[in-house]
Amino acid sequence: MTQAAWPTIDFTVNSNSVSVAVPPMKRLLNVLREDLRLTGAKEGCGEGECGSCSIRMNGQLVNSCLVPALQAAGTTIETVEGLGTRADLHPLQKAFLECGGAQCGICTPGMLMAATHLLAQTPNPTFEEIREGLAGNLCRCTGFIKIFDSVIAAAQGAELHAR
Amino acid sequence: MRGNPEAHELIAPSSLSAALGYLAESPGQWMPIAGGTELMVAHAAGRLSSPKLINLWGLKELSGISATDETLTIGAGVTFRELRADPIVASDFPLLALAASWVGSIANQSRATLAGNIVNGSPAADAPPALLVYDAEIELISLTGRRRMMYPDFHTGYKRTRMNPDELVLALHLPRRFGRHHTYLRKVGTRKAMAITKVALAATALLDGEIISEIRLAAASLADRPVRLVATEAALLGHPLSAATIDRALRVMLEEAKPIDDIRSTEAYRRHVGANLLGEFLAQLVHTEGAR
Repeated sequence: MTQAAWPTIDFTVNSNSVSVAVPPMKRLLNVLREDLRLTGAKEGCGEGECGSCSIRMNGQLVNSCLVPALQAAGTTIETVEGLGTRADLHPLQKAFLECGGAQCGICTPGMLMAATHLLAQTPNPTFEEIREGLAGNLCRCTGFIKIFDSVIAAAQGAELHAR
Repeated sequence: MRGNPEAHELIAPSSLSAALGYLAESPGQWMPIAGGTELMVAHAAGRLSSPKLINLWGLKELSGISATDETLTIGAGVTFRELRADPIVASDFPLLALAASWVGSIANQSRATLAGNIVNGSPAADAPPALLVYDAEIELISLTGRRRMMYPDFHTGYKRTRMNPDELVLALHLPRRFGRHHTYLRKVGTRKAMAITKVALAATALLDGEIISEIRLAAASLADRPVRLVATEAALLGHPLSAATIDRALRVMLEEAKPIDDIRSTEAYRRHVGANLLGEFLAQLVHTEGAR
């Protein structure tokens, strides 16, 4: 097949409509990084074990390395780039900074998306729910406790704001 | 990424009948793909041998869980996330909900489908032992019609099944008659999260006084495929739940289990841990019976 033959795949990323012409079996992770220049999602293991490529697709947490581009057609995708801006950080991003939840940074975008998904489903998670919600995301710097602390801090902050 | 996306075709039929049409036209040429949690791993590693793939993810005809008073029907494309969230699965088939919670991570559960877990044919798969002890039937569909078989008959060997190349799994059907059964499911792996099973045992049983009046036992990784342990069941069925019965059943199980050696564990470890799991379940039954 030549490049002209690739089908066009339309979807929404962080509230923007996008259209890419790529091989249908190209991994969504590579489409995000190479075609859309959204390099937040990282490739760690490439087999759905490490979670560093985590994004949300139609409101569900997925590993973008395991999604063929064609299956993204018509979907709504959220990546870490859509969480906050440097001037206006998302509460989870603030909490990760304040609690030392990010060190080398490779796992951080995936952790933030998994934590975003967790808090969307369970605004006041127990420690056990946080452990399960982040079990698919590996970190080799923090030992996880600072990450769990970050999620607790973000959840409590959200609760304070809600009052 | 060692695989080459340009080397693979992927088509997305708009309906199940359209998909079945492709399979009928050239049986064995199209590899179905749904959540991709198995095939995309192979793809990234450059091990995906099929040049032509056909998308099933999102097909309405394969989705959804529906119930009558007698039967729960689970569409082939239902994800483990959906299984965990279903109230009837939780109330009537708790072992299936528990097995679903063991599948990888939240991100894997949002994509991996029940039928994918079955047709992949791994002896270590999480869902099959629960389906086996709940007397599930599997329904297959092709352009020429549908057929059902009891799920224990579906797996015929290591990664081999009775499904023809022009067929797809349509649904699983579970009889809603296990509400009063004693149930057991335990998985042994290297750790709690994200671990593939070394050995797992599922059981459903009824006691009539001290007599074992119903018993179903099924295992992951105690054979080259998911299996019911029929000889061990026979050593228990109709017998009193006594120390002698338990002792005999454990000895039968050590004979009946025929696990494979692989990278995750050994034949001897699996056989003995499998028997220990049965011992644990039967001890729980004794405890329950004694508590009455």
